[in-house]
Amino acid sequence: MTTAPTTIARTRRTAGLALAAAAALLLSACAGTAAPAASAGPAATEASHLTVTDAWVKAGDEAMSAAFGELENAGPEPITVVSAETDLAGRVELHETVENETGEMVMREKDGGFVIPAGGSLSLAPGGSHLMLMELAGPILAGEEYEFTLTFADGSSTTFTAPAKDYAGANENYEGGDMDGMDLGDAGHGSGH
Amino acid sequence: MRSESDARRGLTRRRLLLGGAVAGLGAAATVGADALIRSGAERGGAPAGDAGPAAAPALGTATVPFHGRHQAGIATTPQAHAAFVALELAPQTDRDGIRRLLSVLSDDAARLTQGRPALADSEPELAEVPARLTVTFGFGPELVRRVAPAAAPAWLRPLPAFGIDRLEPAWSGGDLLLQIAADDPFTVAHALRMLLKDARSAAGVRWVQSGFRRAAGSVPDGTTMRNLFGQVDGTVNPRPGDADFDELVWVGTDGGWLQHGTGFVLRRIRMDLDRWDRLDRGGREQSVGRYLGNGAPLTGTEEHDEPDFEAKTAIGFPVIPEFSHLRRARSDDPRERIHRRAYNYDAAPAGGAISDSGLLFASFQADVDRQFVPLQRRLDELDLLNEWTTPIGSAVFAIPPGVEEGGFIGETLFAASA
Repeated sequence: MTTAPTTIARTRRTAGLALAAAAALLLSACAGTAAPAASAGPAATEASHLTVTDAWVKAGDEAMSAAFGELENAGPEPITVVSAETDLAGRVELHETVENETGEMVMREKDGGFVIPAGGSLSLAPGGSHLMLMELAGPILAGEEYEFTLTFADGSSTTFTAPAKDYAGANENYEGGDMDGMDLGDAGHGSGH
Repeated sequence: MRSESDARRGLTRRRLLLGGAVAGLGAAATVGADALIRSGAERGGAPAGDAGPAAAPALGTATVPFHGRHQAGIATTPQAHAAFVALELAPQTDRDGIRRLLSVLSDDAARLTQGRPALADSEPELAEVPARLTVTFGFGPELVRRVAPAAAPAWLRPLPAFGIDRLEPAWSGGDLLLQIAADDPFTVAHALRMLLKDARSAAGVRWVQSGFRRAAGSVPDGTTMRNLFGQVDGTVNPRPGDADFDELVWVGTDGGWLQHGTGFVLRRIRMDLDRWDRLDRGGREQSVGRYLGNGAPLTGTEEHDEPDFEAKTAIGFPVIPEFSHLRRARSDDPRERIHRRAYNYDAAPAGGAISDSGLLFASFQADVDRQFVPLQRRLDELDLLNEWTTPIGSAVFAIPPGVEEGGFIGETLFAASA
């Protein structure tokens, strides 16, 4: 599995700037692009180069959940996922899992979004980067298919479906939060749990 | 009857594909090639030549297609290991819950059988050795009732009670059957684990029965299995390619949602090895009507010789006794036959015993009432083998047809009541 180089350096960008940018992009994403354009046209969008495979979402009736999958960028430029949404959740955040000051593995919102390098891929997996689902509308039923939309930095977007699966892991600690559950996904990192 | 022609066919294929040169590669390569030939044939009758001689796969990488008209694991050459699992639906698992369950399990099976990890597989490396893994789904009466009550075939119910039965609930019944079979027991274990994890919110385990045959590659292809009594078991067995196999096994056009599916019976037959030990070789051969050495009928010399039930001993008794298993199992009605796919079991003995062994008698037939029940009645009435064998588990399932890519096993049942 390929994991894109993390862009920790970017996290130092001012939060205000990033937020403003994200908001602007979100607005443009509402223009209603759905699936990646089949023919990319003269100016290929980010969506036209990105494929999502093996997506799945963790089933359950907790307040939060997470979705995973393989994002592949067949294009010549890096692709940035700036937001994700689904009817399942009132809010979806792009999360990464990192080591905090005390050596604990915690997840937190990824500043600047997920970057998938040109010709590369990003694996969203338990214990790593993922789509964090919050304010869930109801229980997520194992075996049901749910629709997700990813929006990219250029305003294009792509839709995919992910079946829900029973999964005992993916209980990462939430930075500064009070999520219950052990940090199973990163037990190997000696996070002290 | 079939052995000769099949063996010849096998040899021809092998020669055709591999020629003499490959013979030097040794046993491992040959096994791989056999597996390749088999899976090629199982793909649905494609000429063996299509498979091509390229890169004979190792035993572990051989795959059997999951998608197709029929489910895999029925006409598939029996793998060395199998686990039969009966799930019991949770009370709240309704029609929609069953659809979700079958969707997840179908997707898992489609991936795992092709050597790919299931989605959310937490041990993906364990999926890398498919070893001809097949996962075959069967529906018990309760599952069909919850989805489409009117769609149940008449035979989908517990078998009639037989006098010899000592059935234990722990080995009987069930709502959803999974037959998980592969040439590597590790592969079976991982598939079983993955499927049960994905079933847990909708169903619990009622029983798991694990069985084995000879390890893959340890005996020539097409060798009839032996049971733990040492008997050649399954000589007369309709096999894929036989003229009447399709008719005997697959449900026809009148079967509605079950067309291209079949009926499944699993009987757990305890074999009393300790009492069997008291019987000398002659007595053992009389009880079954066949020689132990090669399985030939007592009136013949080769395994597949047709038994002569009229032949008499010097003092006028039938050479193949009336009470023998061979005589009792044989029907004059050629439609009263079944396709057996049995496995041995050898469990840990309890309570001072030194054996808990037997046979997982698995059979496929288009109509359980018409084909299996008459046969079992004859054995129930008289079969000397009953002295040493006891059915302690029994279950009947309807095996839905196969699906194309993107479909889920059982979709025709849902369509039947939509």
